[in-house]
Amino acid sequence: MSAREDILDRIKAALRDAPATPDIPRNYRLATDKTAGQRLEQLVDRLVDYKANVFVVPAAEVPAKLAELLAGSAKIVVPHGLPREWLSGLPGKDDAGSPAVEVDSPERRLTVAELDAVDAVVTGAAVAVSETGTIMLDGSPSQGRRIISLVPDRHICVLRADDVVEVLPEAVARLDATAPQTWISGPSATSDIELERVEGVHGPRTLDVVILT
Amino acid sequence: MSGTFLGMPALPVYGHGNLNATEPFPKAAHRELGNAQLRANLGHATRTIRDKRLHVVSELPDWEDMRDAGSAIKNATMANLPALLEQFEANFTARGGIIHWARDAQEANQVVTELIQATGETEVVKVKSMATQEIGLNEYLQEQGIAAFETDLAELIVQLDRDLPSHILVPAIHKNRSQIREIFLREMEDVDPELTNEPARLAEAARRHLRRKFLTAKVAVSGANFGLADTGTLAVVESEGNGRMCLTLPETLITVMGIEKLLPSWRDLEVFMQLLPRSSTGERMNPYTSLWTGTTPGDGPQNVHLVLLDNGRTAALADELGRTALNCIRCSACMNVCPVYERTGGHAYGSTYPGPIGAILSPLMTGIKSEENNSLPYASSLCGACFDACPVKINIPEILVHLRGVDVDSQRSKVKVPSQMDLMMKGAEWAFSDGAHLNLLEKGLPVGRLAAGRDKVIKKLPGLAGKWTQSRDIPAPPGQSFRQWWAKEHGAADGVEPSVGDQQSEGKQSEGEQA
Ligand code: SF4
Repeated sequence: MSAREDILDRIKAALRDAPATPDIPRNYRLATDKTAGQRLEQLVDRLVDYKANVFVVPAAEVPAKLAELLAGSAKIVVPHGLPREWLSGLPGKDDAGSPAVEVDSPERRLTVAELDAVDAVVTGAAVAVSETGTIMLDGSPSQGRRIISLVPDRHICVLRADDVVEVLPEAVARLDATAPQTWISGPSATSDIELERVEGVHGPRTLDVVILT
Repeated sequence: MSGTFLGMPALPVYGHGNLNATEPFPKAAHRELGNAQLRANLGHATRTIRDKRLHVVSELPDWEDMRDAGSAIKNATMANLPALLEQFEANFTARGGIIHWARDAQEANQVVTELIQATGETEVVKVKSMATQEIGLNEYLQEQGIAAFETDLAELIVQLDRDLPSHILVPAIHKNRSQIREIFLREMEDVDPELTNEPARLAEAARRHLRRKFLTAKVAVSGANFGLADTGTLAVVESEGNGRMCLTLPETLITVMGIEKLLPSWRDLEVFMQLLPRSSTGERMNPYTSLWTGTTPGDGPQNVHLVLLDNGRTAALADELGRTALNCIRCSACMNVCPVYERTGGHAYGSTYPGPIGAILSPLMTGIKSEENNSLPYASSLCGACFDACPVKINIPEILVHLRGVDVDSQRSKVKVPSQMDLMMKGAEWAFSDGAHLNLLEKGLPVGRLAAGRDKVIKKLPGLAGKWTQSRDIPAPPGQSFRQWWAKEHGAADGVEPSVGDQQSEGKQSEGEQA
């Protein structure tokens, strides 16, 4: 008998008393009761608590904010679906101090070594949960492959205020389960040594969140 | 699932590997209690996490509703496990993943080894996982000439020191920063000799040490926190990003998951991703969660395997009173509130699963007759703190008592002559059957005080009771019993008949002292 059949048979034997399947009481909160403004405030509070840098700016100021944040970076990577206008504030190709922008796309996937040489990555986000301070990436074109937001030491994430929900069930309802997802709540951190929190172990050590209103 | 199973009612098949303690709890606990460093570290850690947890739990108005949902979802999972496993398998496979089944630790180790050998690699990176710890995968791989590198900081510390984890969540909690520095200086070939014991510097050293490994690894091995049946999705919850590194960079990913880790549907994750981080690290959410369903072209590993592990889980499931132990999501909240764990630490439990949950899960999976695990259900004060803390409401104290009963029954069949315990129970039966009997015995109290000596503490009792005083002192008994005191204070006028001999202790003590 195969291990599969064996195990399934063992389970069926173990359940010979036919335990009842309970109804699931979903009395927990399924929807937001905060206003958009309160959600934004809560999200900022949580992200700052996680040691992320947060900037709330009107859409028109996103290019300038990104240019400012990227001023010290020589090389950046962006996913192919990132709105191009967000990068329009970067100085021109020939200007001194302009970062080299690499685009990661299905046609040209950057290697691990190439990503390791990059200073920062700029991505969008699918949805964010204010109550827990969590930003979800689901691999869609504005967010790219999981690896690009992982290897560079700095992750700049641009999030639309419209995509901020309050509680986790709202976010789960918006996401496609089968997409490769990364949920991010602050930068990489460890508390393994005497429970003292240290930011940045393997993932990006800096997380900047630009929230576009 | 239709409940029609027509095969023979099989006997439970128990698990192996690191589920079995190498020595009985009382013996191990006695040694660990002597380790003052361990006790200090643990006391600090459990207190800190406990306070953080209470804080973030109190923020949520619907915490109890979430626990109710979590508990019901898990019970529903167990009731329909065969159908859910098949559904999970179909969905995971449809998206390019490959499923393997393993009856026990040995079989799981073999499957993983063969998968690694097929890639031609001799090194793998690992995400912290209880399941691979349980089956002793690292040791097995080493025997086959494959080096497995732990990438979680705490697991790395433990691995470099050839030690064992002592806590589910913070496996190196028994080591302080200076000890960790020494381990790094001794074991990391590429370490900076100027390394200080600052946690940030130590974490940096680990980052450098592992970065090359991550960027070049071809194969990774992980566990999984959840498997979602209706979509075939797997989830790994972590903090450092070592999980993301292992789950996205290599070409081949092999995950080992216990069959009990399933949830029926994708939306159930909304409950468990609230319950787990708050219960375990006391955070509103852990820094990183990764979710994958089979393979995604161009994104992450393209050879994705999942080993579904039994290893005694079906035996636990067969125990109608104990099966809810399988609902455990390994958050470690129960150990952080346990007065026994706080003093002995995780090593004393011997098995991969320490603390209150370990005290029931390990004997359920190995069978209570397993010599070294039959003392585990006694490693508890039955205070109930673990039940209150458990996000999926596992009634650990009730299962402990149930397993003690199973143990006593299994011992009874072995014993011929009445044991000391039997005699003591007979004695107790006599004493409590009649007030006069008890009164007679209580006259012996002053003798106990004599035995205690000047410091009013009894350090060693004879016989079976001696086991109790092995690791604790007992206060001297009071000079008189409550009944004697009452009779003296209120006399016969209050309707209580002073029995013969009640005046004996008079004049010596004003009242019973409490030590
Ligand atoms: S038994 Fe409950 S509290 Fe203990 S680790 Fe499991 S889920 Fe957490």
